[in-house]
This record gives sequence, structure tokens and C-alpha cells, in this order.
Amino acid sequence: LTKIGLEIHCQLTKLESKLFCSCKADYRGFEPNANICPVCIGLPGSLPILNQNAVEKAAMISIALGCKVPQKIGFFRKNYFYPDLPKSFQITQYNAYGPTSIGYDGKVPIEDKEIRIRRIQLEEDPGRLIYEGSSEKTQVTLVDYNRAGTPLVEIVTEPDFETPKQVRLFLNILADLVENLGVSDPSLEGALRVDGNVSIDKGNRVEIKNVGSFRDIEKALHFEITRQQSLAERNIPIPAETRHWDEARKITVSARSKEEEQDYRYFPEADIPTILIDKTVIERLGRNMPESIISKKERYIKKYGIPLQVAEVLSSDKFYSDLFEQANNEKNAKEIANLITTDLKGFADTKEQREQLKLTPKHLTDLADAIMNNKITRNSGKIALQEIVKTGKPLSEIISSLDLGHVDDQSSLSKVIDDVFVEEQKAVAEAKNDPDTINYLVGKVMKKTKGKADPSLTLDLIKKRLDAQ
Amino acid sequence: MGLEISATQYLQQIKNGSTSVEEYVAKTLERIKKVEKKVHAFISVNENALTQAKQVDKKLKAKEKVGSCFGMPISIKDNICTKGMKTTCASKMLEDFVAPYDATVVSRLKSQDSIIIGKVNLDEFAMGSTTEFSYFGPTKNPWNTGYVPGGSSGGSGVSVSALECLASLGSDTGGSVRSPASFCSVVGLKPTYGLVSRYGLVSFANSIEQIGPLARTVEDVAFILNIISGRDSHDNTTLDNGNPDYTKDLDAGISGKKIGIISEMIGDGVDKDVAAATNRAISKLQRLGAECIPVSIDSAVHSVAAYYTIASAEASSNLARYDNVRYGFNFDLEGYEFNAYISKTRSSFGPEVTRRMLLGAFVLSAGYYGKYYLKAQKVRSMIKSQLDEAFKKVDLLVAPTMPILPFKIGEKIDDPLTLYLLDINTIIANLAGIPAISVPYELAHGLPIGIQFFANAMQEKLLLQAAYALHKTTNLPEVPI
Repeated sequence: LTKIGLEIHCQLTKLESKLFCSCKADYRGFEPNANICPVCIGLPGSLPILNQNAVEKAAMISIALGCKVPQKIGFFRKNYFYPDLPKSFQITQYNAYGPTSIGYDGKVPIEDKEIRIRRIQLEEDPGRLIYEGSSEKTQVTLVDYNRAGTPLVEIVTEPDFETPKQVRLFLNILADLVENLGVSDPSLEGALRVDGNVSIDKGNRVEIKNVGSFRDIEKALHFEITRQQSLAERNIPIPAETRHWDEARKITVSARSKEEEQDYRYFPEADIPTILIDKTVIERLGRNMPESIISKKERYIKKYGIPLQVAEVLSSDKFYSDLFEQANNEKNAKEIANLITTDLKGFADTKEQREQLKLTPKHLTDLADAIMNNKITRNSGKIALQEIVKTGKPLSEIISSLDLGHVDDQSSLSKVIDDVFVEEQKAVAEAKNDPDTINYLVGKVMKKTKGKADPSLTLDLIKKRLDAQ
Repeated sequence: MGLEISATQYLQQIKNGSTSVEEYVAKTLERIKKVEKKVHAFISVNENALTQAKQVDKKLKAKEKVGSCFGMPISIKDNICTKGMKTTCASKMLEDFVAPYDATVVSRLKSQDSIIIGKVNLDEFAMGSTTEFSYFGPTKNPWNTGYVPGGSSGGSGVSVSALECLASLGSDTGGSVRSPASFCSVVGLKPTYGLVSRYGLVSFANSIEQIGPLARTVEDVAFILNIISGRDSHDNTTLDNGNPDYTKDLDAGISGKKIGIISEMIGDGVDKDVAAATNRAISKLQRLGAECIPVSIDSAVHSVAAYYTIASAEASSNLARYDNVRYGFNFDLEGYEFNAYISKTRSSFGPEVTRRMLLGAFVLSAGYYGKYYLKAQKVRSMIKSQLDEAFKKVDLLVAPTMPILPFKIGEKIDDPLTLYLLDINTIIANLAGIPAISVPYELAHGLPIGIQFFANAMQEKLLLQAAYALHKTTNLPEVPI
């Protein structure tokens, strides 16, 4: 039995300022050490001033992940030496003496199971170290404190995952959720970082850190499970340790054993008095919470009759679901869902593609209506969509300029069928006894009309012609 | 005109034109030059003081708006940040540190046209009760320069007492304002926790310390408190006090007030001269119309142990940032690996700081947290609740500030436990966050004795009225230096 737990760090990139000072929360794009002040570099005499908006955003994440939010929250100091930590302690939250972190005891349904959330805590990000060369051999380590004090939410799950795939599903849900809530942009480098804990067959727990990219976590977990299994098969004990993901070699390597684990000497941070979170605040946040992905998915299935798999794709991506909500007029919902999840996908998956996208919700409405009213075929619709994405021209203009109009008058279609029957005599002969060959003929007609022919009418006409022969 | 006037008298003289700011500041600087060799109160003196004095005079002459301090020379304990001047914390670790900003208390004083006359000595990072643990050498008591001035704000107490300034800001973590006030025969106030901003005070034990004024009279202390108190957007722990005028109704008297005498603080371990002086002070309070009754705060006997546990724990964390990488003292880091460099530079802390950081790290460590730190916090809540109970019965509490008279420099420096026990009468105010004040009352063998009042949180007005009433009855000789 494999058990996987996660520790996820999510920066609240949508906040204006850092957690304890007025420097920018989004430190990207600054010259090194240009986004700093006495507070975030911990100069003697400076004091932290809590960013109340960060508390609210962290509470939103907690509510969205089904956590309890305590009435009193407090901060603790986690003490350790590291060059990127200017005060030599990190201001964070800690629940060993009662739940005072922004969230605890949550649950998130994925597939057919529930992932329990142990706690969610609000804390400050440290600075960044930049090595000249590799971190092992470097002679020079540079420190950039621009990131120091960036508001960070740490989400700790119970070891409820059984497969790396479940982890990926959960992380997708989480990434979409924080974006959906407007608290973080998970596409920014370093905005969402994941550490994993893996154990097999009730064995020792191995922590996987340093997983640089969001996608690599699945690979790292796969590797680690396989590594542990092969050790177990040979009766080699698995030590409890921390391992780093080596991105270049795609393996995990031992970093330090658990015995060397630090004592962080947690104790309360007195510079920030206990914060009382009023029930009405929680209620207000709950009311104004954007719809969860799960309830969105269910609504799509129930209200519009959209198939489960389509609804899943649509609901889990805020960009696509927003587009869907704006474009559909209920009658065309299924068609629009189809267009987005099968035809648009591939053209609007990355941030860059989305920024350059010329498509408006009206384009989708028009397109769906045109298909449903048999003005163009689905196939032509796909071609039109590609053109819209690039040019943003109105649908009508694209249909006429690309000659995508539907061929549904019998006479012109009959002419095309005549040609096909002349060219494909052998197939015509076979078709009399073999229905599969009829489809081949339909395909030929579609090809000649560049996909504009009405498929059912074509089939009808071909059948009639065969019967007549 | 002499230097021995109070800050309030100074304001009158400036306003009525009988002296100029320049004249007073020049005399002050002369005085500093003369007595520093004997008392060593200052770590640095403001070179621009005279220029700044002239600027205030110029504003006065031009009838421009002048801040309420009218050029008053004030000294600042050297653990409170001053922009452009060194803030050393009397430590080698910050020997060359110049803060890029003013502490809130300093910027408030400056905005009222006070002159920061200099930065004054302390025990390294405010850890000590005698000002002997300074990297720059001890400060000496002006009443007898062979004796300690108390601490850790010894430089503050001495600079006021030796007429080197009109007022001073110290910090009080376990009695560090009141101890030198008592030993140097000046008034010293530790305000309610949160009444005065700590922004810019270099943290030692941040859950208990407060900046407080020292001056020659209760009125002067109230005047400074007016300026430095109140909510500060740079300190989340500050309280809104509604900005009252603490100098108003100071002479309301204490007739009809109930004053509790803390039994645990006048019995065993209290010097007989100190006990006798305290008893005379209590009789005096009764004659002034107060009703004095004995009150027991029996948890106070554990206060020293609880205090040194909590304060050291916080210190171990607050001082962990000093690695001499970003600021500090002159030391070439070439050739050192990070951890080796840190352990090398951190060995620059003095003995008392090192002792407390080790103690603090220990009481927070896994397996000992519950046994020491949590237990100390429980004692703290017990003291707090006993004081709450007491203040339901009485308006104020009274006790000697220090259990003994000032003693000789070097006499107890090798005996940390005895030194820690000197704080027995002051610590409860810090642990409970309540205000306390030390008032000079008598001399014994030429050495000062201070009487201490406590009031409930935010009751500074009542506290100052009682201190004023008692101080008015005293007639102490001038400082013999």
C-alpha cells in the first residue's frame, strides 16, 4: 500500500504587499534586493505589521478546501539559520498547542475518494539564494531578499493519496482553485511549490523536496515509489530521510537523514497579537466564494446534460468555464462545451496563447448556433474556429471568405456524388453488399466538398443511388 | 541659570526668554565633557547638537511654530534606533550599525523639536541590571562613582542624574528603567505594554519590554509620555490611549486612594535601610490621605524564574539574526564557509548575552518546552490574575524599587543568580504588562533609594498622580558630581 502526503506552498501573488511590510508581494521583475525594507530584511528594531488582506485570502483558501477556520489565529516563530532567512526565524503558524492556524481539518473530494487537509498556515517566504555554478561546488552564493516576506500559504494534506495520478488531479484542482479565488497566479514561476511524503507498506516516510516544476512531482513520486518497492523486494530497509529531486537525472537523491532533523524551537510571535476572526467575516467570505469546481461540474451535467468527461475538463479550468458561461444560452450549451473542449483546446492552453487569443464569447455563440442551424458543418466549424482564434474576424465574414457554407442542396450534392461514383466504381460495386464501403463513399464526398457537405443528406443520397442501380 | 532645572522649568525659561536653547545645550555639552570621564554614561554624543539648538532659537526668534520640546536635550538608550547615528546596543556585534530609520519614539521627539543629545550606555542588548555588561565598559553611579548605577538603562539614569540632559528614554524589560532610576535618584516610568511603540527598539524580549522615560521630576516624565505614547502603525502591539494629557491634574492628590503594600517585596531579602525608607514612605502616603493595606502577590516569588525563562527564550530568537553578514562590525568574511563564519562572528557576543541565548535556546528545545517555557508562561498568567484580583481591592500597589542599595562595581558581576534576583520587585510589572514608576525618596549612606508604585494597565494617570504626591514631599540633596 502506497501512502502519499503533500506539503504545498502557494504564494498569494494577487496581494499588493508582503505579509509584514508594504513591499510588493509580487517580487518578480525587480533588480536583486530592490524590493526590500527594514522589516523584510529584519533590520534591528523593525517590527512586522500583519497584512490583514493576506489573512482574508488565506481564510478563503481554507474555506474552499473545506477547512475549519478558528476564531483566534496566532503566529509562531520557526527558528533556524539559513542565509536566505534574514531574521534567522520564519514567522509562521503552528498547531501543536491547539489549532490557531488559518485552517485545519479540511477535505477535498477527488475521483471516488476524499483527501483530508491536516492544516493550512499563513507564513512568510524566505529570500532566494543564487549560486554561481552548482550548489555543491559553488564558491559564491548570492542572496536576493526581494522574495523575503512574500505571503505564503502552506497546505498540508494527510497521507491519503495512493497514486501519483491522484496527486496530479488534486494539484490541478488546487491550482485552478487558487486562480478561481483570485488569490494567486499558479502559472508564475515559484508561485506553487510541492513537497511530497512517500511510504510503502507502512514503512518509513521519505520526504521529496526540491521539485522545481509542478509537472515533475508526478514523475518524482513515480520514481520514489518504484525505488522503495525495489528496495523492499530485496529486503533492504528504507531509511526515513529527505530526498531531493534531481531534475536533470530524473531521480531522487538522499539529502539528509531524519536523525539530523532540526529542532525549530517554535514559540509564539508576540509582535503580532492574536487575531480574532469574526464569524460574520467567515460567513461573508463563504457567501462570496466563487463556485467550487465540483459544484460547477455537477451543475454542467445536471442543467445542460453535458457528459461527465466534458464537464470535468470544462469546470476544472477557469478560463474555459468562464468562456462557456458567457457564450452559452442554454440551448447551445452542449455544442459550446464541445467546441471548447475538443476544438479550442490546443489553441488556448498556455498563458501566451490565451493572451494572444482573438476569440470572444460571441464568436462561440455564433459558431454554435451556425452548426446547430446547419449553416455550416462541425468540420467547417473547426476550420472557422482556427481562423477566429488568429484573426478575431466575425464568423459570417470567415464563412464567406473561406467558402465554408454548408452544401445541403440536393442538386449540387448529386453532382459531386455522380463524380465519386464514376471515380470509385470498384467501391460502388462492393458497397451494395458492404455498409462499411458506403462510409468510404461518404468520406470521398466530404473530401471533395472540403467537409461542407451535410453528412446525413449525403448518406441518404448515396443509399438511394445504390438502391437505384 | 544652572543645569539642575527640571525639563518643565527649562520650557518656562525658554518661553520667557531667560535662556536660549543654544546657551543651555552648550552648557550641557560642556557638562558632558566634564563628567563623562567619571561616569561614562554616553556611547556617542550628537555632534550636531549645537547646530540644531541654533535652528530652534532661529525658529523662536522668527516666531515660527516650535515643537513642544523647545530644543530640550534628551539622551536615548543605545538600543533605540536613531537615523544617521550609531545604534550599538553596547555590543561589538553592532559596533558600526547605523539604522536607516528613526524609532517611532525618536521621530516623535524630533518632530517636537527635541535635541537628541547622544546615545547612552546599557548592558549589552539590555541584558543586565548594573550596566557593567557593556562592550564599551561600565557606567558609574554619579552619587558614588565606585558604585553601579543600576541597569540596564544605566546610561539613561546617569545622564539625567548627572545633569547631562533633561530627560532620557530607556527600555524596561525586567526593571531596566526603574532600577537605574532608583539607584541614580531620578524618576523612571515603565508604561503599560503597548502604550509606547517599540518600533525601532532593538528587540530583546519583545513580549515584555517597553520604552520608558527617565527624568528629574514626575511632571517631566508625564510630559515625555504625552509625546511618545499612543497607537503606531509600525507596531501591531500598540494600544489606542485616546491621547490624554498626562501632565494634567498631576496634583490631584491621593487622598482616599487605597494602596496595597506588596508583602512579598518588603520582607526577607530586603536591605534594612531600604525597608525602613519604604516604611517611612508608606507612613507618608497615609498622612497624605491614602489607605494602605498589606496585599499578597505570592506568585511573585516565582517571577524571577519565569522572567528569565521567557526573556531568554525570546532573546535566543531575537538575537539569532546577528551574523555580521548584512551589518555589524568590521570583519573580513573572505575565506570562511557560511556556518564557520557565523560561529566565528557570533562568538563576539559578551558573556551575559551568550549565557541568556544558550539558556533561551535550551528552554525552547524539543522535550523541554513544556517543562520550562510553558510553565513560565503559566506563572506569568498566575501573576497577571493575582494582580487583577489585587486591583479589584486597591487602586495602586507599592514596594521598594530595588531590594538593596547600589553596590560596588564588580562586586556581583561573577554571580549571575544574585544579579537576577535584584529584579525581584520590578519583574511582575513586565510579566503582567502593567505600568510601574520609581520615585527617588531617600538616601542611605549617600546612596539613593527609590519607591515604586504599580497601577493596573492603562492607569498611568493615577500612577503619575501618586508618584507626584510622594515626590513632592521629598527634599533630596544635589548630585555630588
